[in-house]
Amino acid sequence: MISSYASGLLADTGIAFIAALSVHLVLAVGQLSLGNAAFMACGAYVASVLTVEHGVPVHAAIAAGAVVSGLLGVLVGFPALRLRGIYLAMATLGFGEMTRSFFLTLDATGGAAGYSGMQRLSLGAIWAWALPLLVLVLLAERSRLWLAMNAVRDDETAARLVGLDAVALKLGAFGVAAALAGVAGGLFAHWHIFIEPSAFALERSTEMVLAVVLGGSTVALGPLFGAAALVLAPEALRFIADWRLAAFGGLLIAILLVRPQGIIDRRLIQALKP
Amino acid sequence: MSLLSLRGVTCRFGGITALNRLTLDLPAGAITGVIGPNGAGKTTLFNCITGAYRPTEGEIALRGESLVGLPPHRIARRGIARTFQNIRLFHSMTVWEHLMVAQQGGGLRASLAPLGLSGPLPRRRAMAALERFGLEPYRDRLAATLPYGVMRRVELARALTAEPALLLLDEPVAGMNSQEAADLAALLHGLSGSGLTILLIEHDMSFVEQLCAQVHVLDFGTLIASGTPAEVRRIPAVIDAYLGVEA
Amino acid sequence: MLLQQLVNGLTLGAVYTLVALGFSLVMGVLGVLNLAVAELFMLGGYVGLSLILADYPVAVAIAGAALVTAVLGVVVEKVAYQPLRNAPPIAPLLSTLGFSVIFQTAATNIWGSDPLLMPPDLLDARYRVGSVSVGQAQLLVMATAVVLVAALALLMRHTRFGYGLRAIAENRDVARLLGVPAPLVTSGAFALSGALAGVAGVQIGLHYSAITPYVGVEVGLKAIAVMVVGGTTNIWGVLLAGPLLGVLEVMTVALGGAAFRDMTVYGLMILTLLVRPQGLLGRAGGAQRV
Repeated sequence: MISSYASGLLADTGIAFIAALSVHLVLAVGQLSLGNAAFMACGAYVASVLTVEHGVPVHAAIAAGAVVSGLLGVLVGFPALRLRGIYLAMATLGFGEMTRSFFLTLDATGGAAGYSGMQRLSLGAIWAWALPLLVLVLLAERSRLWLAMNAVRDDETAARLVGLDAVALKLGAFGVAAALAGVAGGLFAHWHIFIEPSAFALERSTEMVLAVVLGGSTVALGPLFGAAALVLAPEALRFIADWRLAAFGGLLIAILLVRPQGIIDRRLIQALKP
Repeated sequence: MSLLSLRGVTCRFGGITALNRLTLDLPAGAITGVIGPNGAGKTTLFNCITGAYRPTEGEIALRGESLVGLPPHRIARRGIARTFQNIRLFHSMTVWEHLMVAQQGGGLRASLAPLGLSGPLPRRRAMAALERFGLEPYRDRLAATLPYGVMRRVELARALTAEPALLLLDEPVAGMNSQEAADLAALLHGLSGSGLTILLIEHDMSFVEQLCAQVHVLDFGTLIASGTPAEVRRIPAVIDAYLGVEA
Repeated sequence: MLLQQLVNGLTLGAVYTLVALGFSLVMGVLGVLNLAVAELFMLGGYVGLSLILADYPVAVAIAGAALVTAVLGVVVEKVAYQPLRNAPPIAPLLSTLGFSVIFQTAATNIWGSDPLLMPPDLLDARYRVGSVSVGQAQLLVMATAVVLVAALALLMRHTRFGYGLRAIAENRDVARLLGVPAPLVTSGAFALSGALAGVAGVQIGLHYSAITPYVGVEVGLKAIAVMVVGGTTNIWGVLLAGPLLGVLEVMTVALGGAAFRDMTVYGLMILTLLVRPQGLLGRAGGAQRV
């Protein structure tokens, strides 16, 4: 039997991993989002209201939250994808802060006081979402669709001229990413059984980006590694307890400088194969 | 029979007229050349055909169907592929992936099938392209790290895996040595023989003379002459505008 | 009532203007979003308030804060920007985000997460003009902003440094050919950007009579919205957008409640990005200008 301390860490890893996958997908088409916590918030609140107020089974509610987040992602994506690079990053940052404010003002879900009443999921249930999603993304990464996404990231003009619909690819990635963040939100809400708007602030979006950049943005194992590092390493780094976030900031810079593709990439996986 | 026809195509940017009422036809299965000094509007012509720019006026049609206003990827899917003057490859991709990514068709289901399992057709096409362009030794190398001549071949191979009806080549022999240029000429000749229509921009007149049945000369966005390479060489306006300067 | 809100809004706007100048100096010249500016703003507030609490005059506090954040600005430049100068602009954005995390953690550890309070009797005089009451601190905030903006304008127009910055904004390679010491000027831009943010941090401390480790995220990041609304291609756009957003925010709070203020500010930013990406004063399709 796993101790509740260990299962807490493993659950957080699973949730952080799914959230990081959403940033991973958006990065695969060359976009950086600093607002994915907004979609996580959306998934968390929708799923929680469904289970608490309407008695919807928890996994169905999480799926519904993901669908709503995904639709919101497409809706936001339409205008947002006219922007790129730092302009998209700024717009998504603004969107994230606006969403947080929205939930702060929403009395129906408790506003700043937060929302509770959810039933707690088991650790297994969280990984029952995380593992299939990992497998799905790993499979998707071997598809021509993923190649097409990377083509858009590498050179959008050239990609369009070989017949790739860059707009649809970016919009699709953004929408699916939002849905994934929604799943992470639903799981978060039903693991911590309490949510408040400040749980989905810029820090959360930053954390997702951090996990992907640390772990590696070229294969889905990168975000998994990054999320695990982000959740577990602070525990291992207790001797620098209060400074561990700063250590991650420093690590982020170091990674960008010496290994911009992150710790895990295709070549490393190749090299590790017997 | 003409594959691509342009009627009065004009392209203006602010006060500059990059293309001025251009009318020309590309016969199917032939290699046609476009020459002219720098800034004559050659690359603008390519950008209008491929949908990167929308012409201010005029009509561009492929097999009688208008292309004006279509987004670039739709035009590409109708059968127009191109290469770039300064090679544009996908820097994170291997040669093999370049050959797989540009293949259309099969819908979402086919494109979602994991690479290893995807239908035999895309793989067979990519394999054939590897062979035809002598790229087997580089199959799993990152394309952007290869020697210049090889990168040009990858770009060309990528364009052809989409099985276009019309191929636009922007200065394909720039930076190539004479052996590489001769190989390319042979290759293009073969492709043309198998039915591909080619439009090429080139400064290297001997390359143009070797390949092109017909040449169009652009100067300041205007078509100033058309004919066989030999005919064009004798036209005084062409000598003034282009050959006189370059030669 | 309305006039009173206007004064409060302009005070906040003065703070926004300086932080936004900190963002747009680097963005306008180098095309990089230096996220660490928001946290330099917070650190400036702490340094300034600490000096005030140690009984130094306010002027010394402001100068000290500016000095510390200018130096830190250069550290950010050397570590997080210089090595990634030729990488896609997302890379320096992420590395400056790394510095944000470091600065915020440092502040929390050094000063704690509870607000650091200003001495209650400092600059607490109030002046009445008709129905409007203006605090001494507010006057000081606005006056510093005006003086600094004027000084910056002079610096940009009449010094070799300003000339160099404008040349680099036009074209770095050409600027080097013209003999502009690009590395030095780049460091200067980061130092200046840090100093402006640092002074603004002291201002917000005076205005709110307190500083917290979260003021960078809560207030500093909104300066990004100010920069965007003003126009990322023209650093002077923030002179219009800063007061505008400051007043708008205060009015929103007065009329609709505090919860709506972030929505107003960021909403206006997103609207600007979509409808008029060049901002109020930027030129459509123009290169970056200083």
